Amino acid sequence: MPVVKLQRPTLTTSEKLTLPSIFKGFLVTLGHAFKSLAGKSRGADSLNGSGLGVTMQYPEQKWDGELPEYYRGAPALVTDEQDRERCVSCQLCEFICPPKAIKIVPGEIPSDDEWAKVEKRPKAFDIDMIRCIYCGMCEEVCPEQAIYLRKDYAITGLSRAEMVHDKEKLYEIGGKRVGLVNKWNELK
Amino acid sequence: MSDSATTTPTLPKDLAAEKGMVNVQIDGHWIQVPKGTRMIEACKMAEKEVPHYCYHPKLSSPGNCRMCLVQMGMPPRPAPGEEPKFGEDGYQEIGWMPRPVIACANTVGENMGIRTGGDLVEKCREGVMEFLLINHPLDCPICDQAGECSLQEFSVEHGKGTSRFQENKVKKPKNVDIGPRIRLDDERCIMCSRCIRFMDEVADDPVLGFTDRGTHTTLSVHPGRKLDNNYGLNTVDICPVGALTSNDFRFQMRVWFLKETPSIDVNCGTGCNTTIWTRGNEIFRVTPRENNEVNSAWMPDSHRLAFHEIHSDRRLTSPLTLSGGQHASTTMERAVKEAALGFEGLPGNEVAIIASARGTNEELLLIKKIKEALGTDNLVLIGRFGESDGKLISADRNPNTTGAKMVLGDDNPFEKYDQIKGDIASGQIKAALVIGEDLTESGYSSDELSKLQHLVVLNILSNATAGKAHVVLPGASFAEKRGSMVNVTGRLQRLNRAILPPGESAPDWEILSALLAELNPEGPKPQKIQDVFQMLADEVAEFKDLTLQKIGDLGVQVKDTGETIPLLEKERKRIENREIVG
Repeated sequence: MPVVKLQRPTLTTSEKLTLPSIFKGFLVTLGHAFKSLAGKSRGADSLNGSGLGVTMQYPEQKWDGELPEYYRGAPALVTDEQDRERCVSCQLCEFICPPKAIKIVPGEIPSDDEWAKVEKRPKAFDIDMIRCIYCGMCEEVCPEQAIYLRKDYAITGLSRAEMVHDKEKLYEIGGKRVGLVNKWNELK
Repeated sequence: MSDSATTTPTLPKDLAAEKGMVNVQIDGHWIQVPKGTRMIEACKMAEKEVPHYCYHPKLSSPGNCRMCLVQMGMPPRPAPGEEPKFGEDGYQEIGWMPRPVIACANTVGENMGIRTGGDLVEKCREGVMEFLLINHPLDCPICDQAGECSLQEFSVEHGKGTSRFQENKVKKPKNVDIGPRIRLDDERCIMCSRCIRFMDEVADDPVLGFTDRGTHTTLSVHPGRKLDNNYGLNTVDICPVGALTSNDFRFQMRVWFLKETPSIDVNCGTGCNTTIWTRGNEIFRVTPRENNEVNSAWMPDSHRLAFHEIHSDRRLTSPLTLSGGQHASTTMERAVKEAALGFEGLPGNEVAIIASARGTNEELLLIKKIKEALGTDNLVLIGRFGESDGKLISADRNPNTTGAKMVLGDDNPFEKYDQIKGDIASGQIKAALVIGEDLTESGYSSDELSKLQHLVVLNILSNATAGKAHVVLPGASFAEKRGSMVNVTGRLQRLNRAILPPGESAPDWEILSALLAELNPEGPKPQKIQDVFQMLADEVAEFKDLTLQKIGDLGVQVKDTGETIPLLEKERKRIENREIVG
């Protein structure tokens, strides 16, 4: 590996004294303060600023519209066009989950159910959002296209129990997702 | 060597023949294997894996899955009058056959060559895998076998990543209820016929068979019959795919979460070797573990499903003492103190110990010490006898009767049953220690038990006897403690701890040694289970020089009782007749 020798900048006497540089900084800040009071902050419009400078007033103002397609927020379960819950509780996500946030209790679909041929679905599906690290491994490993990371990022709660998303909550976040592979079709 | 080869019998074939062996070249390496060995077993000895589905060493080999195809070669047959030519190394040149052979049903020969790899073999495997997967459903996410499925494993190793099959898959019955404990999924079946052969050859109850032909071949039960044999769940174990699944384990947990602990079955004197599958502190299933001296590779259904009582609601999880007619939970230390206090000052003929031949050797030794500390002769074990089923279930339904006899030094530890029962009924015996038994189930009435001034019960489940007890001590089940037992044939085997005892319950030997320390402060104070086994090794001649570690997973024969296990006898005969490899 070649060695690169860095030339340290030679400082002038005023720079060596530090204090003049600090006041220069203050001046820049003061300039921006006057600009923002006049409503002329640079980039305020494109960043959806509050009018006073470029600051966005969260949570009154949100940037949700700007989130990219690949944004990794809270993991959630989805249903498909036929309102079938897609998860078959294969427990691969529980296995792959690095912080062990997912806990599944598998259950059997009763024989009188419309989807009895799928045989298996989760009895309980809990994701502990205190543990979740939003890595997206669960989505990647899912063989049934049943779990997706949605754009919800503000997951709050007043107790540890509240921070555990149960099956109902997960389907509420996930909602319906169309256009997925219909593996359990009539040919099956 | 080459110049002497022609004169003296130093050719490898002659050296091997002297020992009843033959020379086989497996993937370029020459090894010696016993004459008559199947090619697949020879490859196993050479540590070369030959993938297979239908072959099982304990069953006959129909050779119908075609997965174990290998390339084989023999020395060319000499022309009339021609002498066989031996190379520098003493072996003849191998003439490789252009077509593969199945390794499971062919035996090795002298100077044979086997290739478990190479273009031909790999192409064959790929082809067989593709055919097997044509109609196999994409059920893996809902299939219980996923994770321990040979079809999954071999399709990763030898299959294609994608399917070329354009047509619709053949539909067959799914989720068929073929018996009380087993579910059948015909679409997943790869027609290996292991289950059919098991039911026919081992369980002697040929209820399974194939119907229809070609791609429509379907595994089914005989009309009007069910697969309800007590050995039926073994078919689930040997099924290489998820066609047969156990109703009990179905959808409970994926196998890759489960931890395996080798242990033994405690439901009868045979002591089948088992694997306990646990996750966290819960047992999910128990399966047989191969031991050719005890249970071959099988176990009865009734015994493998018996573990459920460990997780039952009746489980005792806290020591209880009687105060004001009510049981109140307390600490183990206080309960043991109170248990010992009740025996204080009573002469030997006023106390009794009723123990169980379901206890381990270690527990029985401590019981013997407690008996000595109490200065009594009143020690009896409760016997459990039924009928042998002619296979693996022994007539002795206690797992450790042989061990109990050895440890207690008593050839009939069940003898004093009537005397002690009479003495309790007459009020002669005032205090009793009952370990691991429900006396109301073995003939005692609750009135008789009420006559006792002090009754100490050590058990895992709450029962009528515990209800009458003055002190209840919660013990540990077979999966929650370590220890050793001796089966009916005299084989010393080891229990291992798979899960932790619930709540404040503790391994029985710990409770018993605490009780012993209270009763006899000068007595031995073992700190760990190895210490107790050391005491056993010092006292019992048969256990001399043994330790828990030395017992190993397959056990040690410590005595010859003359008893045999019928299933093993039958299997040995079949091995002799060369029907199976064994």
